[in-house]
Amino acid sequence: MSLDVKSGFDRDMVTRFSSELQEPDWMKELRLKAWEAYNRVDLPKLEKTKITNWNMDQFVPYKKEDTVSSLDELPENVKALVSEAEGRNILIQKNSSVIFQDTSDELQKHGVIFTDLQTAVKKHGELVQKYFAQSVAVDEHKLAALHYALCSGGVFVYVPKNTEVELPLQAMYWATDADAGILPHVLIVVEESSSVTYVDNYFSTTAANNAVHNGIVEVFVGKNARVRFASVRTMDRDVTDYVFRRAIVDNDGSIEWILGEMNNGNTVSDNTSILKGDGSKSLSRVVSIGTGKQKQNITSQAKHIGRHSDSNMISKGVMKEEATSIFNGITKIEKGASKSNGEQAENVLMLSEKARGDANPILLIDEDDVTAGHAASVGQINETQMYYLMSRGIARRVAEQLIIRGFLAPVVEDIPLESVKERLEQAIERKLAL
Amino acid sequence: MSGVPHLKIEDLHVSVEGTEILKGLNLEIKGGEVHAIMGPNGTGKSTLASALMGHPKYEITSGKVTFDGEDLLEMETDERARAGLFLAMQYPSEISGVTNSDFLRSAINARRGEGKEISLMKFIRQMDEKMKVLEMDESFSQRYLNEGFSGGEKKRNEILQMMMLEPRIAILDEIDSGLDIDALKIVAKGVNQMRSPETGFLIITHYQRLLNYITPDFVHVMMQGKIVRSGGAELAHKLEEQGYDWIKEELGIEDETVGAKA
Repeated sequence: MSLDVKSGFDRDMVTRFSSELQEPDWMKELRLKAWEAYNRVDLPKLEKTKITNWNMDQFVPYKKEDTVSSLDELPENVKALVSEAEGRNILIQKNSSVIFQDTSDELQKHGVIFTDLQTAVKKHGELVQKYFAQSVAVDEHKLAALHYALCSGGVFVYVPKNTEVELPLQAMYWATDADAGILPHVLIVVEESSSVTYVDNYFSTTAANNAVHNGIVEVFVGKNARVRFASVRTMDRDVTDYVFRRAIVDNDGSIEWILGEMNNGNTVSDNTSILKGDGSKSLSRVVSIGTGKQKQNITSQAKHIGRHSDSNMISKGVMKEEATSIFNGITKIEKGASKSNGEQAENVLMLSEKARGDANPILLIDEDDVTAGHAASVGQINETQMYYLMSRGIARRVAEQLIIRGFLAPVVEDIPLESVKERLEQAIERKLAL
Repeated sequence: MSGVPHLKIEDLHVSVEGTEILKGLNLEIKGGEVHAIMGPNGTGKSTLASALMGHPKYEITSGKVTFDGEDLLEMETDERARAGLFLAMQYPSEISGVTNSDFLRSAINARRGEGKEISLMKFIRQMDEKMKVLEMDESFSQRYLNEGFSGGEKKRNEILQMMMLEPRIAILDEIDSGLDIDALKIVAKGVNQMRSPETGFLIITHYQRLLNYITPDFVHVMMQGKIVRSGGAELAHKLEEQGYDWIKEELGIEDETVGAKA
């Protein structure tokens, strides 16, 4: 089946969509509730970025793609992104539908679930229902509502108690069609004392004009569990990307975000860790290079509820040409979250007169017995540093690259996953060379 | 490049933000020679060093500088360095995220040119060797360039770069300031090891102490933005014993700084 954008979205279409996907009633009801909210609620409020003119709802929400039975049927450039060294737990989504998935027997034996969300809704309905839309509500804002009404594809990860998944689970999202809607929902549930790493890549071909990605990521980190979430996005100029990622972390659990926001198009990236449990932790590293005329709004947020909770957020942005990026850092410590600690830093390096970068550190603290800190900087390449490097014979262009790389190094060098680091370095290389 | 290194400065005038600092300086340095420029603070010594290297803040208003016969003032800073000019800076920059060894290798390869890059093994061997001479800990090669280095460590790092880059003309701008005697001896050892007909030195200092360890062939005294007296190593000793007042008296100078009316 395929849903056509020309006909516009309506309630009937949402109903028909859910029926054709043979979803259980609770899912259909959730979609309709979301559809109702979509017509009622406002856009999310973003600091200093106006998105009212961005493409939000002009897309084909669903088209069934042909599945492939082996990675060899994929184009070379897609295959190249699969890190075989890291096992073959892989899911590939093309536009709005999943075309390939593979989970090792080993994982299945341990009760680990790694599958597309449509399958999960049918096979593990109760489990999915317990968590789905519990961290980002269907009526939180217009974009979330639209997502829930029309989402397809995406991933469900479930790791039972006391299970360490050693190799990363890999997902790819690949936009190839003009006007494609890509609305995957990524749901990761990790039970007590377990751990998992999830790595995804978003990319598009040049044909994907006016495509829209509207994704939600929900991560539930159990007691004493660890989740590492890495995403590198390299979608083209004509793709508009909205992503809302949220983790809820229980006692002594930890979430680690590694995010390479390397799109060439307009991007909203909102990443929040809710440190609900005592002793819960979050660490977030974000790298972004702005190019062309793209506009980005990138938010990192830690919300401390549990005592002794700890957050650390670092964002690094390099702005070229006429790119505009707003980096928000929000550390919120609720009353009662005593002995908590929140640190954040946003650093932006501007490479051109017309580029614009803002660093907005925001500390909202309602508890006395805490520590919190922030460091923000926005600046251009230091001419004295340039002179120093050039005085050793290094040409201006090379010196500039050294300084930029040095600026990003504290985040990039620290990435614990070799394959992600490599991909991010390639993306940085490409964007800096543009 | 071949032949004896040769730097020739003629009637050099340099301004900083509209104020003239160097007011007609002449100096000639050849490979194998060690020149020392001495003088009280504020007489224009460091301005000479920065102007020769091409610091963007320094404006050459008139005069001529040739380096191995080429017009130095026409070259960009990086071209000057690739031609073989080196400046050990008084206040080297700190550059976060760039390791000392990556930086040095980039610099060496820039000098050698494309297709003639130094092999990694050879580079590491050379760096280890020179770091040993300068009594630098191995960890320095992987530390970020000058970041968090003490004053003495930065100076040693400047000398390390000089030894690795093997310049034709090396200018050392107050390399001795803030160094204790042990560090000073190590720095001097590095410089002395490089003395050969292949390299000429210009050592800028206002303490005679350094010259106890690096014996200069020529000593020049700078006042009011010019060289006012030149001599051999004995001139430095005389300055150590008698200070600068006798020169001022002989020349009828009351205020030796560049702000004074000549």
